[in-house]
Amino acid sequence: MQLESMYQEIILDHYKNPHGRGLREPFEAEVHHVNPTCGDEVTLRVHLGSDAAGEPILSDVSYEGMGCSISQASISAMYDLVLGKSVHEALAAGDDFMTLMQAKGDPAVAEKLEDSLEDAVAFAGVSKYPARIKCALMSWMALKDASARALSTTTAQATHPTAPAGGTP
Amino acid sequence: MTQTASRPGTGALKPLPLDVEAIRADFPILSRTVRDGKKLVYLDSGATSQKPRSVLDAEREFYERYNAAPHRGAHALAEEATGHYEAARATIGAFIGAPEREIVFTRNSTESINLVAYALSNAATAKDPAFREYAVGQGDEIVVSEMEHHANLVPWQQLCERTGATLRWLGLTDDGRLDLSDLATVVNERTKLVAITQQSNILGTINPLGEIIARAREVGALVLVDGAQSVPHQPVDVTELGADFLVFSGHKMLGPTGIGVLWGRYEVLDKLPPFMTGGSMIEVVRMEGSTFAAPPQRFEAGVPMTAQAIGLAAAVEYLQALGMDRVEEHEKLLTGYALEKLAEIPGVTVIGPQDTVARGGAISFTVEGIHPHDVGQVLDDHGIAVRVGHHCAWPVVRRYGVPATTRATFYVHTGYDDIDALADGIRAAQKFFGTV
Repeated sequence: MQLESMYQEIILDHYKNPHGRGLREPFEAEVHHVNPTCGDEVTLRVHLGSDAAGEPILSDVSYEGMGCSISQASISAMYDLVLGKSVHEALAAGDDFMTLMQAKGDPAVAEKLEDSLEDAVAFAGVSKYPARIKCALMSWMALKDASARALSTTTAQATHPTAPAGGTP
Repeated sequence: MTQTASRPGTGALKPLPLDVEAIRADFPILSRTVRDGKKLVYLDSGATSQKPRSVLDAEREFYERYNAAPHRGAHALAEEATGHYEAARATIGAFIGAPEREIVFTRNSTESINLVAYALSNAATAKDPAFREYAVGQGDEIVVSEMEHHANLVPWQQLCERTGATLRWLGLTDDGRLDLSDLATVVNERTKLVAITQQSNILGTINPLGEIIARAREVGALVLVDGAQSVPHQPVDVTELGADFLVFSGHKMLGPTGIGVLWGRYEVLDKLPPFMTGGSMIEVVRMEGSTFAAPPQRFEAGVPMTAQAIGLAAAVEYLQALGMDRVEEHEKLLTGYALEKLAEIPGVTVIGPQDTVARGGAISFTVEGIHPHDVGQVLDDHGIAVRVGHHCAWPVVRRYGVPATTRATFYVHTGYDDIDALADGIRAAQKFFGTV
């Protein structure tokens, strides 16, 4: 049975007990992403803060979603990985995750990315099943989208201090 | 009749009308293995069917012996190609009780439906008044149902956007049937066309078309029947059907991909402007403008899918040799058996009619605590091919409050053993995900 290579214990744990689930306030951007071929969905919010150097960081990433174990576990693992990181670091992790998904199950790629992806490296087995890759990628696409929107919102606020704060649903 | 007629503990099983072992031998693909040597159990014919050798041979013979562009040129090959292409039209027409001039070849059901939808909006702007009779515009209504495949929904939404017409629909009951309680108001004097499926690709429901078509006739509306899931699985005769259009796809009925059919009543086809334009659909072409050929050529612009049409005719002959009555009965027995086997598994819920009354063999189900994708993945690991997702019928899964379903569909090579494998696979998924 090859199933275990995809459904790592760590993935099933994230699926059954998702971390950080639930939509929270405040947030600067909310996005809704779907997998049109299968109906997996995620609504994801990001709340930005800034670190000592003034770099934007992900102070919160909150979400609701429904879908298969791969899509939902991927959001949870991503949450663990990016929370508190700078937007720049989070997007770099997203690029690494994309590389992992394109690895066709090559263990060398997974090994190289282990440090940067932490739990999310467990999704390496998914890259052997082309039909499931988009399930794993959905959360990362949503994060990239939401981060870009949040950055443009906060930049706009910085330029126009009278602009209303809060969410852009 | 090589199936085991009885098995211990489950009582007597009715022998299947089709000789499954003999039929399987006609399908080369069914002898291959998948996922580390597992025997292939193909339960996804509703998405696309496998092809018997006779269909593959017919296509090969076309390319090896008489490949040429039909309806062009006068050389020997062109004549033969034209002859075989038109003979295919006659064979496929006879299969549904239609004369060949009412058979338009398209790429698939989706294109057939788009052809009609675009013809209706093109009619509104046609220069030739003869093409304006069926024009759709502001104040007109198009009626569909909530169980339509996206192919029989989105083209009508788009037609309404282009023309200012309004889309209305018949809803569904909790047990997976059409809710006809408001048929008389939904289909009314403003209705220009009713587009409805004969057999749902996700629920398996076979719709009471007679009642709907009778109402459409009362108000003078056209009727288009989506036969993508019915023509492959039950006898369909357009003279009994009483509709104006019937669409179906070759690849779901043992034929090649890239060939579909639009049947239309000739009087209606004759008054429709073209959808696609170009070579071979014209009558006279001048720089200032052109006139068009009579149907069906008016709707077949460009060099057609010749080999595919010939392949589809071979598929039709294969089905005719089995007998569509027996195909229907075969699938009914399989459906009854599958409903019974799935009902035995705790946590499995079938979405759609729970018995075989007015029901085809598309069985969608959910497994408590396991997402359909994950169910499908475990089944795949056992060599069982099913469809997962929303099956291009998103409003249906939404209506029944599930994110997606797993769907098994049957065909002429399906036996009781395939359904046993499905049931075992579902149990394995429950074990793997620890829900039992």
